[in-house]
Amino acid sequence: MEPMDEVKTYYIKELLARGKREDNRGMFDFRQIRIKRGVIQHAEGSAQVELGGTVVLAGVKLQIEEPMEDTPKQGNLMVAAELLPLAHADFESGPPSPESIELSRVVDRGIRAAECIDLESLFIEEGKAWTAFIDLYILNHDGNLLDASSIAAMAAIMDTKMPRYDAEKKVADYTVKTEPLKVKNIVVSTTFGKVGSTIVLDTNMHEENSMDTRLTIETDGKAVRAIQKGLHGSFSVKEIESLVDVAFNKYNEVKSILEH
Amino acid sequence: MASKADRPELIIKGKRLDGRAFNELRPIKIEAGVLKNAAGSARLEWGDNRVLAAVFGPIECQPKHTSDPAKAVIKCKYSMAPFSSIGEHGRTGPNRRAIEISKVTKEAFENVVFLNEYPGSEIDIFIEVLQSDGGTRCAGITAAAVAMANAGIHMKDVMYAVSAGKVGNEMLLDFNMIEDNYSDSDMPMAISPKDNSVLLLQMDGNNSKEELKKGMEMVLEAGKKISKIQRDALLEVYRKAEANAEKGV
Repeated sequence: MEPMDEVKTYYIKELLARGKREDNRGMFDFRQIRIKRGVIQHAEGSAQVELGGTVVLAGVKLQIEEPMEDTPKQGNLMVAAELLPLAHADFESGPPSPESIELSRVVDRGIRAAECIDLESLFIEEGKAWTAFIDLYILNHDGNLLDASSIAAMAAIMDTKMPRYDAEKKVADYTVKTEPLKVKNIVVSTTFGKVGSTIVLDTNMHEENSMDTRLTIETDGKAVRAIQKGLHGSFSVKEIESLVDVAFNKYNEVKSILEH
Repeated sequence: MASKADRPELIIKGKRLDGRAFNELRPIKIEAGVLKNAAGSARLEWGDNRVLAAVFGPIECQPKHTSDPAKAVIKCKYSMAPFSSIGEHGRTGPNRRAIEISKVTKEAFENVVFLNEYPGSEIDIFIEVLQSDGGTRCAGITAAAVAMANAGIHMKDVMYAVSAGKVGNEMLLDFNMIEDNYSDSDMPMAISPKDNSVLLLQMDGNNSKEELKKGMEMVLEAGKKISKIQRDALLEVYRKAEANAEKGV
């Protein structure tokens, strides 16, 4: 850590101990969420999401593949995340880091567990089904990549139009996209950072540098669909239970932005 | 996850397929100090899971740029042997699942190790799943905690890990493979038994808040048994050494 970062960390910790945040937000407030849809014409669906200063571009491509062996009547879902070197000085090119693998797997888990995409509708015929590739491009890192990526993935899914299946040639016809992808459910991710004994939602970069641990809770408003704890710190069972309540309370706020 | 439509009956007359009650652990056996070259090690049998854990270090951190002059760096590698599962030959080398498990395991251990006692060094944790039957990340962490203590690494606590999850409307403790494949949710947890703080928590599926609460209670209750098995395994090393000394071996 640079010396200036250490000063900042000290400042953030002092502030939070007094119940305040650097940008004057409440403890469980999201930064402003902005969504631009359809930003990549060539993708079947896309969305660029700003969560405060964090920017994530999500693109959805659909491709015909063989169904998985254990689900022969379903399409498939693949989520990958790229922590682009242009997004932050700490991101380096090369094979996916454990951080980017965790990020994509947690986003994948929420979407899969909440059955957001109707995978059965992606089945075409014996041995053929659409695979939905969701690629998360991190364009600027200012904290809380998890929630920004989850919102971007969800928005891109909701923006997706299916290519036509050319039954004669048995190939995808990408020139005709009309039917929307069947979206069955909306999942919302809420990630909490714990700095000392203070817990806040949606950490910015400075808060993230100061935090000991984080907890991501993904809900569909009715049930918890995925949880992931990260970093070296710990939570008590009581804290986890109360954060589940906060996650449920936040659901409609994000869902209405996604549906807007 | 296999399709729930062709899910076999997993609960018959209030019992699970292997005869267990809902909150019952599979049999667990741990032996510490089983690998000569490692600083600490453990062999664990948990139901049909067979796991080896080994700890090397603290040693000088290599490559140098990964070291921290203020504290030790923990490196963790969880891996499943290609012959460990029923069915096809597994691929060798770390896949994305293994990399994620290694990451969250490493982070859990960073919580309990007194890292600043070993500046500039690294502590390596290797978890090898030789046979898998559901719940291997929890089995691996439970074994690794014993291996860490066996290596004499200074720690606040010896953690344990176990999972709870949902089948139908019931919360069950410690899924085996078939339950895992057809479950409605799964929640692996690692706990520091000293104060019940949660060091690792993952979950996917479909759970109400009440179900999560029940699952966490089951985990904490079962933890008392797991902790005792871990402690006994560590003590057994010294009992053996004592017996050997008396025999003059």
